[in-house]
Amino acid sequence: MSTDLITWLLPLPPLLAFLLVILFTNRRKALSHTIAVGAAALSWLGSMVIFVRAVQVEHLGEHPFHSTIPWLPTGDSVFTIGVFVDPLTVTTLFFVSWTVLMIFIYSVGYHNYGQPKGDHDMPGMPPHGATVTDEHGRSKKVLSIEPMYARFFAFIGLFAAGMYTLVISDNLLTLFIGWEIMGLCSYLLIGFWYAKPSARAAMIKAFMTTRIGDVFLLLGIVYLYSATGTLSYRDIFYNQEVLNSLAATPSGFLGLSAAALIGILIVIGTIGKSAQWPLHVWLPDAMEGPTPVSAMIHAATMVSAGVYLVVRSYPLLSAGYVHGQLTAPMLLMGFIGSFTALFAATIAVAQNDIKRVLAYSTISQLGFMIAALGIGAYVAAAFHLVTHAFFKALLFLGSGSVIHGMEHGVMHTDQHIDPQDMFNMGGLRKKMPITFITFLIGGLALAGFPFVTAGFWSKDEILSDAWGQGYTMVFIVLALAALLTAFYTMRQITLTFLGKPRTEVAEHAHETPWTMTVPLIILSLFAISVGWSGIPEKFPIIGNLFPNWFHEYVGGSLLEHPEAVEFSVIPLLTSLVVSIGGITLGWLLYRRIKAGSKDPLESSLGSFYSLLKNKYYFDELYDRVFVQPAYTISRNFTYLFLDRKIIDGVLHWVAYVSPIIGTFLRNYIDKPIVNGSGDFVGEGTKRLGRTFRFIQSGKVQQYMIVALVSLAAFSVLFYYLLTSAP
Amino acid sequence: MTGIQIIFIIVAVVTLGAGLMSVITRNLVHAALWLVLALLGVAIFFVLLNASFLAVAQVVIYIGAIAILMIFTIMLTRRVAVGSADSQLNANWGWAAFIAVALFAGLVWLLSGWNGFNITAQQMSPRTDTIRQLGTALVSPSAYVIPFEVASILLLAALVGAIVVAWDRKS
Amino acid sequence: MIPISWYLVFSAALFTIGLFGVLARKNAVAILIGVELMLNAANVNLVAFWRYVTPDAIGGQVFAVIVFAVAAAEVAVGLALIISIYRRRNTIVAEEIDMLKY
Repeated sequence: MSTDLITWLLPLPPLLAFLLVILFTNRRKALSHTIAVGAAALSWLGSMVIFVRAVQVEHLGEHPFHSTIPWLPTGDSVFTIGVFVDPLTVTTLFFVSWTVLMIFIYSVGYHNYGQPKGDHDMPGMPPHGATVTDEHGRSKKVLSIEPMYARFFAFIGLFAAGMYTLVISDNLLTLFIGWEIMGLCSYLLIGFWYAKPSARAAMIKAFMTTRIGDVFLLLGIVYLYSATGTLSYRDIFYNQEVLNSLAATPSGFLGLSAAALIGILIVIGTIGKSAQWPLHVWLPDAMEGPTPVSAMIHAATMVSAGVYLVVRSYPLLSAGYVHGQLTAPMLLMGFIGSFTALFAATIAVAQNDIKRVLAYSTISQLGFMIAALGIGAYVAAAFHLVTHAFFKALLFLGSGSVIHGMEHGVMHTDQHIDPQDMFNMGGLRKKMPITFITFLIGGLALAGFPFVTAGFWSKDEILSDAWGQGYTMVFIVLALAALLTAFYTMRQITLTFLGKPRTEVAEHAHETPWTMTVPLIILSLFAISVGWSGIPEKFPIIGNLFPNWFHEYVGGSLLEHPEAVEFSVIPLLTSLVVSIGGITLGWLLYRRIKAGSKDPLESSLGSFYSLLKNKYYFDELYDRVFVQPAYTISRNFTYLFLDRKIIDGVLHWVAYVSPIIGTFLRNYIDKPIVNGSGDFVGEGTKRLGRTFRFIQSGKVQQYMIVALVSLAAFSVLFYYLLTSAP
Repeated sequence: MTGIQIIFIIVAVVTLGAGLMSVITRNLVHAALWLVLALLGVAIFFVLLNASFLAVAQVVIYIGAIAILMIFTIMLTRRVAVGSADSQLNANWGWAAFIAVALFAGLVWLLSGWNGFNITAQQMSPRTDTIRQLGTALVSPSAYVIPFEVASILLLAALVGAIVVAWDRKS
Repeated sequence: MIPISWYLVFSAALFTIGLFGVLARKNAVAILIGVELMLNAANVNLVAFWRYVTPDAIGGQVFAVIVFAVAAAEVAVGLALIISIYRRRNTIVAEEIDMLKY
């Protein structure tokens, strides 16, 4: 099979799985998950085939696999869409296919396949457990299977189709299509348990917030199309003339060039999708969805799609960039990225829910990537994107495993405590060893533990680039964020796994089934090893052992191969210090937390702690500034005034006037004219008949007389007519 | 004025007068009798026109058969209470008179436009045997045998028809 | 001598008298009398034309003979009809026989 054909077919299996499950196999749980996991496996296989073929091609960036079809006739020309495999696509496909497959397999166990149906489970609510009586007559509660099992697989199938579409597309339009499909699936999956009011609120919030970003992105795409007449990557991002002309054309808006304005609009799209400040508020609430959703959509793939977009558009964003003078989009990215990285890290420090910490951690790490891109570190941003996907997915799946274990404990003990609160956990390393080890690996990767974890290599590269190109402010901010990252990660691990169980529930937790632990193990392998593909060449000692494959390969995606930054020891030292220092601090502070004790940060930070815990009150601010006024306007103006008074008023008026017109028409037109003419014809004929029937008297002589008189008259008439006429 | 002309005028006047009387008189029997007189006058005209056979046939057929039939019918259809006091003319007689006069005037005017209006009769040779000619013509296949036969069929039909129509169903 | 016009005028007059009788008389037999007058007038006309225009062609007289036959037949049937009607309706006043009235 040719590579192009495989690429075209990649989104197809998950899409078919969605259609099949939704339409036909909704009631059959085993069949549905088999179809879905099979589809994910097929796409994974295709991606691996492409990967193997693609890495063998020298200079793939200059002649990527590219296949197009004409799609939309637009006047004189045709808008073509197609698939495009260059080094960036290949690496993205690699992590997307692996994480998607792992998460699909994990979902089978997460939704308790094989468990009995719940006692009072209803579709729309998370499962609450089933009572089982064993052979001795003892009843106990166990985890119950998710009532909407098949629907979940259908939705994540559709989501995977959207992600593959986005990754393989060769133009911004199909990218946007995939983008929007994923937005829809995010909405559907966050509100998967739609009977929970908090989930409903969260799904709407997510959709609305990302929509704001999407609108700007669409504006950017439209502007780009109208300025260049095409949306294909090959024609824009790899075409120096086009880039130069865009950079030179003024857009008429704030003195920005066209390239800058388009770039800013695209970046705003990413700010929405990748939950950067100020559009970050949806991601923590999105944790209402099931954990595989959080792992896939909100860690590994969808939010990564935002970063993928800006990485892909980097030539445009950096059009007109000369060393030292950042273009406006890059400035925006640098600022927002680094600010968000620090901002989110500070919030994560004060969160108690295990998934919330990871959510803010995601926001923070995405900030790292965007900041890296903002300062021109193309390869570093792509590298961190890949490594983050693996270890964040691992961490989220691990947290799901932890929550499952805790829920088992809740069933067992019948204590109604929050199974997601870290302060109710503790000592789980003994109860759930595999989860512990994999989570630890993921957490160390996130914290940037030196050398053996992928996170170290990618984060270090970002810091090196920041330092090496002289962006000191960015360097300091990111280093601080890295310190906090290590701190809160170790806090999380310590509270959850180390020490002694703080509640009875934690006492009774146990390990999750193989469908959940095997993906964890596989992902942890990647979390360790992926980083070794990108060891910088000039690194002391080991730098010369392995070539910096990642840099070479992915760097080829750009028109000009980016230079590797000079090696400096300062960023390396900084990385080591912040990561090990943060880890140690986290472990020290939290290793002796007992049941019921407060967070030590509370006392040390005082009122600042409550600011952090409440996420700087941004949600409340947005609510006051945007949401409430919107409600008020929509209620008072749109609903009460426009809808009730004006629109309904018009309808009522029409209803009032119609009978009047109707009766008028009936009485003055229908009855007299229409009926009347009909009646007139009938009546008239009768009257005519009655008037003339006297002729038929029955008297023969009269007939004769009439005939003869008429004959005489006509004869005279015709005589005069025929003789006088010429 | 020659004698023939005088005879003509007298006979014409008599005939027309008789005809007029027959259509005006109240008494129906008188009407029939006046009719007989008119028919007789017509027979005289036939004589004047050298159609001797026709004159005799006129007397025999018309007067001898048809007029008698009429008198019989008048007898058979007398209504008891009807006297000859009411007018025998119906309500439309004015129109009928008008038509009659108009028709007469029209006919005369039309005929007077014909250029042969005033021709006189040629002498017929005394040896012409109109009766023999008539007889031959009536039965000769190259002449008028077919109308003759058809007329005979017509008479047959009339005969049968009259009997059927007037059959008294009650007996 | 007698020009043909005298005969023609005479026959026209007789014809119209007969027509008047047909149209204006009440009694059905009187109507038939009028019809007879008309037929006779026509006969006179025919014979006059025969005598004055084509005395050699005997067809004129033949025509008149046929007219005789027809007249006879017609009178016979007509009188039979009158008798039949009289039997049914007890009247022979033409005005009273108006069954074809509306």
